Parts: sequence; C-alpha cells; structure tokens
Amino acid sequence: MKRELWKGNEAIAEAAVRAGVEAYFGYPITPQSELLEYMSRRLPELGRAFVQAESEPAVINMVYGAACTGARVMTSSSSPGISLMQEGLSYIAGTEVPMVLVNVMRGGPGLGNIAPSQGDYSQITKGGGHGDYFPIVLAPASIQETVDLMPVAFDLAHKYRSICCILIDGSIGQMMEPVKMPDMMPVERKVYDWAVSGAIGRERHVLSSIYLDVPTEEKINLRILGRWKEVQENEIRYREYYLEDAETAIIGFGTAGRIALSAVRAARAMGIKVGLFRPISVNPFPYKRVEELSERVKSLLVVEMNAGQMLRDVQTAVRQRIPIRFYGRLGGVMPFPDEFVNELQDLLKNPGKPEDDPVDLWYRRMMAR
Amino acid sequence: MATTIVNPENLVYSRPKGLTDMPSHYCPGCTHGTAHRLVAEVLEEMNLLDKAIGIAPVGCSVFAYNYINTDFVQAAHGRAPAMATGIKRVLPDRVVFTYQGDGDLVSIGMAETVHAAARGENITIIFINNAIYGMTGGQMAPTTMPGMKTSSSVNGRDVETQGYPIRMAELLATLDGAGYVVRRSLHDPASIRKAKKAIRIAFETQVHGLGFSIVELLSTCNTGWGLTPVDSLSWLEEHMIPVFPVGDYKVSPEVAALKI
Repeated sequence: MKRELWKGNEAIAEAAVRAGVEAYFGYPITPQSELLEYMSRRLPELGRAFVQAESEPAVINMVYGAACTGARVMTSSSSPGISLMQEGLSYIAGTEVPMVLVNVMRGGPGLGNIAPSQGDYSQITKGGGHGDYFPIVLAPASIQETVDLMPVAFDLAHKYRSICCILIDGSIGQMMEPVKMPDMMPVERKVYDWAVSGAIGRERHVLSSIYLDVPTEEKINLRILGRWKEVQENEIRYREYYLEDAETAIIGFGTAGRIALSAVRAARAMGIKVGLFRPISVNPFPYKRVEELSERVKSLLVVEMNAGQMLRDVQTAVRQRIPIRFYGRLGGVMPFPDEFVNELQDLLKNPGKPEDDPVDLWYRRMMAR
Repeated sequence: MATTIVNPENLVYSRPKGLTDMPSHYCPGCTHGTAHRLVAEVLEEMNLLDKAIGIAPVGCSVFAYNYINTDFVQAAHGRAPAMATGIKRVLPDRVVFTYQGDGDLVSIGMAETVHAAARGENITIIFINNAIYGMTGGQMAPTTMPGMKTSSSVNGRDVETQGYPIRMAELLATLDGAGYVVRRSLHDPASIRKAKKAIRIAFETQVHGLGFSIVELLSTCNTGWGLTPVDSLSWLEEHMIPVFPVGDYKVSPEVAALKI
C-alpha cells in the first residue's frame, strides 16, 4: 500500500473501518467532527451502523447497548463531550463490555477552546466516572501511529472486555500527514458467551452493572481489578529515542512527546547527551521502565500540554531518586521545541534537588515571564 | 412430599413462559406485575422470547430482567432508548424493547425518548405512568398531577412554582417517526385486556418495521400514594384518566392496516 495524504480525524475513521468497526455513534464537536462526518458517509455504504445521536450521554449509551451485543463499537469526541460521557463509561466498565473511545482533546476547563491540549490525561487514566475501573489508554504521537493503533485498540478492548481509549489532541485530529493505511479486515461477528443477542438455543443472558448484594459487588470489583493486573502485565507500550548514552532524558506523551523529539535532536546537535522516553500506553503507565531509566540518567524533564498530570505517574516511578523538572503549556497553547531545549539547558545548569516540587517551580517560572 | 393439587384439565391460569419463577419484589397491589405479565404473554404468543432483548430502566422496574424471561440489559437512568438504539442498529432482526417508568422516561430520559421516536427507531417502549417516583420514596414526577401530594410536594403540586404534568403520548404523537403511540390503563380487567392488545400491536409494529412504538400504561403506586391497593385502582380511574385520557394518539396507516 502506498502512502497517501490523510487528515488525522478521517484517517482514524478509515483505520477503524478497516479494523472492522461494526457500529459508530457520535455527536459533533470541534476538533473531532470530521471523524463523525467521515463515518456518516463510510459506514452506511458498507452496511454498518451509524447514528448521529442527540447528545453525548445518548451516544455513550448507544455504544453501551451495541457493546452488550459483542460488536466492535466505537465513538469519538473531544474533551467537553468526553466529560458528558463519564456516566456511561462507568456503566460500560461496570458491565465489563468492550468499546473503543477516541478523545481528540482540546483546551479547557469548561468550554475552553478548540486548540490542542492534553488536559484530559488524569480524567481518563485515573477515573472520570464513578467507582473503581481502569480504561486502557493509548496515546499516539502521529497520524500513522494512531492508524496503526486502531486495530490494537479493538483487540485490547475485546481481549480484556474493557474500554480502550485513543488519547490524542486536536493537532493530530486536524493536521494532514502521509499515511500508510492497513488492509481492510473482514467484519466477523463472533459469538460471545456473555453477550446479549436473543436467547436462541441457549439460556438467557443478562448484562448489568447492578449488584445490590454487597459482597458480590466486591467480588466483581476484584474481578475487574484482576483483569487490569493482566493488562498491566502484558500491555505496556512505549518508544525510546537516543537513550543509549543519555545523561538526561525528556519524558512526554503524544504531541508533547513528538515536539520533544525535535528538541532532543536540536540538543544533540548542541552536544547535549539527552534522550526521549515516550509512553504510548499511558494507562497502564510504564512505571517499571521509567524507574529503570531514572537509575541510568542524572535528571528528567517532563513535558506536557497540561499542568503536570502525567508528571504524577513519573514521580511515582522515580520516587525522588533524581531531580525532575516539569514544563507545561496550558489552555491549548502548543510548545515549540526551543522551549524544551531552553528548559533542558537550564536543568543541566541547575538540576535542583530530587525532593523539589517540579510543578511549584514551573509555576513560578511561568509567572515570572 | 409435594402433592399436585391442580387438575390439568381445570387449569385456567398459570405462569407464562415469558415470566421466570422469581418471587416478585414489587409491593403487593402494584400494577408492575400486571404489566410484566402482559409483556411476557405477548412475547410468548408472538414466539419472540428467544428473539427479544429487553432493556430495564432505573426505578422500581430496575429488576424487570429478573422476571421477563428474555435476554436483558440494564440501562442508566433515562438512557434505555439510547441503549435500545445501539442494540437494534447492530441486531436489526431482533426485537428490542424498553420498560420504563415516568421518572426515567419523562424526566431524565426525555431527550432519549423523544429522539428515538423522531428517528423512527424501530423499538418498542412499555411506559409505566404512575405519576410518582416510586423507588426513591414517592417524590413528585414530571407526570404528577396539579394538587397531587407527594413526598417532595407535600402541600400538593403547585403549578405556579412546580409547573404542569407532561402528557407523553400526546407529545410523541406529533413526531413523524412514531408508528404507534397509545395510552391504556391497568385499573380494571377490561382495561387490562385492552392494554394487552395494545402491547401486541406495539410489538407487531416493530416486527413489521413500521417505526417507533410506545404503550403508556396508567399504573398504580399504592405505597407511594398512601392508599390501599383497591383504593388505588379507583383513585387512578377518578384522578389520572381525566388528566391522561386513554386513547390512540398515533396509529400510522401502515400499523392500522396490520391484521392481527
């Protein structure tokens, strides 16, 4: 297959189609609306299900219903819309049915704006909806990587009967890049022993997230946690760049990680021995790999397009072994590689102490600008 | 030792295959049991028990799946029509129905209900209207009638500050996507027989692909109303039917032409 120029949102939609998505439900919101528009054309011509719903709560409950049949089902939205879906996501997690969620993040909080942001990291990796549950979250850094992860997302969702979220920002949704599309996979409707489909020739199935018997609810919670432990064991994904001889390293996910790669190359050209660690599975987070990294380098620079949400996971892994510096841009502002290079140079000059609060120091630098 | 005291040739009434043998959790006198049985009988008579997928709501009938003997899912409060949409779009040859109370359907689920009807979603809704929130202890519902006392309108619903009840059948009948929209009552045997016929037509509407179908059933909540079961039935007849008249609000020509 040759490389073609694709817009991010449309490429993700086509990749989902080729990964065998059987049903898509959505609601317009910038900067992801092209994904919905593309599905509205593409799925009906293939005889698959598409509904533009009346609201995001309706969307996620349509997804919930379709997911209960065992179909490959997905939705996409952007930050405020994802907030509206949180109730349904909790029900889906509590019922243990699979789905794929694409969040094309934008600036917030509130109505915010339509510029690229990474402000929903904690919402999706640490919760959002009520109760204990653990969505799988993949954070690609380019259109190609997102396209390549779509079939992975469906497979993981079904393998672990889990929510799998593709966490990207508006820049990946809106930009155009050359993409190698995968081949079309056939849609195969598998028969699952848990799904509802009409009790033809079998005992009836009931799917629910209600367990009024408290000890039973605890057992279900432990079952969900047990499955999550398998995910943690088997589904860690990350990319490493220039880390072999690195004395310091940048850690960033998604677009911030991609900008950091440009910064690392620029710094290398200046003779700085720096590498990049880019988590792709941000839930489960690659704690162990970051811990190992912190035993090899002298300091870390964590870069994000938020106020230090992934930083907390890095700190959990590093446990104050080495100094960590944080640099974030907020509210839809995209950082330039130069900003990271400046932070890096400053970090090498003045690494600080491992027990320093990186967010506090970064906040002071931002306010002193 | 168990003794059979029923003589099969004298048996005139038994549990339909569409109902499980689970003991009911509903209050004695509540008409949920009647409505469940009607749905179960119709599904059995239409030979749909293995093709039907039910969606239970939040409210007293949250446990509908314990009684109605088909595949079932259990929705978030008000979202059953959206869930039904998701299932029906993926499995169009199955029969998909929701069973919802008035708090679930008219209040928090108003948008999902209206839009499912507007899309002509080929699903069936059994809508239990008892003018009150039963499960949470008898609070005012969007269907509570003017002056009616509830636990959150203790002096009676004051229309100046608490507004007016919503007539759902009349509202949904304005939508082109709706094929069959009727209101029936469960307060006496004749009404119950008419309710069953309506439920049958609603499922026939779906089986024939004729769009959205809903049967609103006026029901009692003797516990929430603070009345005996018998008094509740006459209270329904005297007070609810004048506000919520029984009738056919939308029967599309295609549905009217069905021979049942």
